[in-house]
Amino acid sequence: MIDAKIPAGDLADKWNNYKDSSKLINPANRKKLDIIVVGTGLAGSSCAATLAEQGYNVNSFCFQDSARRAHSVAAQGGVNAAKNYKNDGDSVYRMFYDTIKGGDFRSREANVYRLAECSLSLIDQAVAQGVPFAREYGGYLNNRSFGGVQVSRTFYARGQTGQQLMIGAYQALMRQVSAGKVKTYTRHEMLDLVLIDGKARGIIARNLETGEIERHVANAVVLATGGYGKVYYLSTLAMGCNSSAIWRAHKKGAFMSGVSWIQFHPTCLPQIGETQSKLTLMSESLRNDGRIWVPKKAGDERVPNDIPEEERDYYLERRYPTFGNLSPRDISSRAAKERIDAGCGVGPMKNAVCLDFSKAIREQGRDKIEEKYGNLFKMYDKINGVNAYKEPMLISPAAHFTMGGLWVDYDLMTTIPGLFALGEANFSDHGANRLGANSLLQSCVDGYFIAPYTIPNYLSRELKSEKVTTDHPAFIDAENNVREQLNRFLNLKGHLSADHFHKTLGKLLYDKCGLSRTRKSLEEAIVEIRSLKKSFDHELKITGDDGVNSELEKAGRVSDFLELGELMCHDALQREESCGAHFREEYQTPDGEAVRNDQDFCYVSAWEWKGEAVEPELHKEPLVFETVKLTVRSYK
Amino acid sequence: MKLYLKVWRQEHRDSKGGMISYEVDGISEHMSFLEMLDLLNERLIQKGERVIEFDHDCREGICGACGMMINGRAHGPLTGTTTCQLHMRSFKDGETVYIEPFRAAAFPVLRDLKIDRSAFDRIIQSGGYISASTGQAPESNSILISHEVTEAAFDAAACIGCGACVATCKNSSAALFTSAKISHLVLLPQGKLEAADRVIKMVGQMDAQGFGHCSNTEACEVECPQEISVLHIGRMNYEYNKALALRK
Ligand SMILES: Cc1cc2nc3c(=O)[nH]c(=O)nc-3n(C[C@H](O)[C@H](O)[C@H](O)COP(=O)(O)OP(=O)(O)OC[C@H]3O[C@@H](n4cnc5c(N)ncnc54)[C@H](O)[C@@H]3O)c2cc1C
Ligand code: FES
Repeated sequence: MIDAKIPAGDLADKWNNYKDSSKLINPANRKKLDIIVVGTGLAGSSCAATLAEQGYNVNSFCFQDSARRAHSVAAQGGVNAAKNYKNDGDSVYRMFYDTIKGGDFRSREANVYRLAECSLSLIDQAVAQGVPFAREYGGYLNNRSFGGVQVSRTFYARGQTGQQLMIGAYQALMRQVSAGKVKTYTRHEMLDLVLIDGKARGIIARNLETGEIERHVANAVVLATGGYGKVYYLSTLAMGCNSSAIWRAHKKGAFMSGVSWIQFHPTCLPQIGETQSKLTLMSESLRNDGRIWVPKKAGDERVPNDIPEEERDYYLERRYPTFGNLSPRDISSRAAKERIDAGCGVGPMKNAVCLDFSKAIREQGRDKIEEKYGNLFKMYDKINGVNAYKEPMLISPAAHFTMGGLWVDYDLMTTIPGLFALGEANFSDHGANRLGANSLLQSCVDGYFIAPYTIPNYLSRELKSEKVTTDHPAFIDAENNVREQLNRFLNLKGHLSADHFHKTLGKLLYDKCGLSRTRKSLEEAIVEIRSLKKSFDHELKITGDDGVNSELEKAGRVSDFLELGELMCHDALQREESCGAHFREEYQTPDGEAVRNDQDFCYVSAWEWKGEAVEPELHKEPLVFETVKLTVRSYK
Repeated sequence: MKLYLKVWRQEHRDSKGGMISYEVDGISEHMSFLEMLDLLNERLIQKGERVIEFDHDCREGICGACGMMINGRAHGPLTGTTTCQLHMRSFKDGETVYIEPFRAAAFPVLRDLKIDRSAFDRIIQSGGYISASTGQAPESNSILISHEVTEAAFDAAACIGCGACVATCKNSSAALFTSAKISHLVLLPQGKLEAADRVIKMVGQMDAQGFGHCSNTEACEVECPQEISVLHIGRMNYEYNKALALRK
């Protein structure tokens, strides 16, 4: 059975106990140890910078042209911390509880408690780096609240919190580059993991500027490669977000967990045409002041402003009076889908709901709203050509955050010794549904405060391990496999682009393994994905050469998405319950609420790769709740 | 709608590039500029041709990857907008559109519209940070910063590092980019201690990378998608002169 290695002791003491008993490495020895960190988002940059500060040699990789452009830069709303600055009853325990409950009791108590505990230091760290969080006139930090909670614990920097935290972490990383402790490999894509004696000892990367295939060796490898929501093609993620790094590690033996738990964010711009490449997220913070509604009557053709108050259905306020417009994301998204499916959707494709600021503007004045969300209104105008101070915004749910990823233990180590996974790339902390503003937090604390303890703890045992070089046969093999795949892509004489397959897969997953799923839809999806993969293997067409070639890059990513998509369906199929973002239509109450089954499914699914088109093997990590009682999650 | 595109194609860093013409029809006004290029690329693949390489990622105007010159303007005809946020409703049916990479000696072309902007990273490496190692930070409310100062620092910190300021400047100066970082950090109490050292190093690095001097044309501010103000350049010059005057 897989062991999460949760330290002994009371919940509140576990992390301190761990730190007190973890092994240290003499500074003179740290210089002898090399660490590869793949990814320069909040998780990767913070981890690489911190390990370098401690004295290790770090090689940092990302596929963008600069570390600063990792996808974390796009996060808008904010980052949580249990500082209780508003004196509204917040505490580490309450944040822990909100997160466990928000995740529908499908995450580990110990990890979540540590997340809440470390949240306090993160804000301090970021402020010290110069992150300009919002401040009150007296100079103190300000907060707002996010979905699923009733306290104000979200710190924010206008609507660009991710950008500002990212710049802070990037600057910390650049400081270590100039100190000679980090070497950055930008425009490099990791294409395989190298194992020696069963341990992670390096990677194969493609230099996207020259096309060269490179071997990099280290004593430990960290994957901080972000989420895979782009598997749906239309999503809130950046175009480059992909699953390749974690998927290739999975094929080398690392287990994948909670793969089908994918959050659909309720406040995105709706799809308006077939050639669209992404769905833009409007920050969830808008729900603090915006009210969500649809026309009461199905098929109402009037423009929103012409629909009088009494003919509007404020469905979140109606169904969830306590949390109202601030209901958690899974619930808000499903409620929107329910109304859209019932024919009450608005907009040209009838696929949207209204997010209305007229009441807030009446009560607080336009200036106040502009100060809080001005950049979001501007963005809305740029994309749609509509002034949302005058008309409601049209929003719709879109694929967003992946709670699933590589299985990791309390050390954030995968089932492969020496391979760590941080941030959105791992499955931990969020359970079946992530609360808003907890992901920036997780990425940062994984990188600044957790991995810098757990990785050295692992490395202390590695000091005496045999020195390997990139001439080792394992490197040669891995490199050959990578070359072979790239050559195959370039030589296929098909007629369909990588995007064609990506879009087809995305639509299929959206319909059959999206906001809601059924046994039938999932079984169909598995068959269809397998046949799509077959067609990909024969009919793909890549033009260009093996130098700078974005089509070649896409092909590898789409190939991995096809395999991952199949695993998502297996994961959703075997979990015969509804929990968080995973809604199986067979398991719901008469009024459409999710029915969880703690008796049979209170575990983390951890999947082992068994080969292409072969059923993966399921391992289970039982979730043991020592501190909280499992309750039905109600936001009514 | 239908557009006539003239696109800069260049094989490698050292090869000679040139404008190639394409006709693209079936463009909807809702498409973003990059989606229009996707459409063209899809058609090039069908014809067996190499696609047009361009940088992009977030497609939300925040990562700073998607810069290109459109009809001679950085990020196209609108102000305060990145290329990914530019929509086709800004163009007219039948229009001819010129698309080129951001040009500057310090930004070599890699292929087509993709350029190498790593010089910006090297400017930040030279001192564009606050030296705060992890795990030693004081309680954040122990550093009081007024609302106005935070907002001003934020205005500077919002730079996305896209390079439009350099591309639009007749001297290819990186003064707006560098000064935004100087301003962001010097406005905050945490950043003041290293201010003198920082400004001297960053300005030196900016020159070493081959960016030109600022001659106060202020075109950078006009084309900056984040509307970063040229007043930061004034502040950078002030900080630089102060640092030189007080240097021991
Ligand atoms: C639009 C949007 C808004 C959001 N808003 C919020 C919010 O308000 N609050 C919140 O808490 N969370 C928010 N999130 C979620 C949050 O931003 C992400 O979960 C988090 O930033 C992930 O950080 P990360 O470091 O794990 O990964 P990322 O920032 O995605 O970084 C991934 C890194 O891995 C690299 N990489 C990937 N694959 C490879 C490879 N094969 N080889 C080399 N490098 C590779 C990339 O280059 C990149 O550097 C938002 C997400 C989106 C999409
Ligand atoms: S693609 Fe990120 S700013 Fe345009």
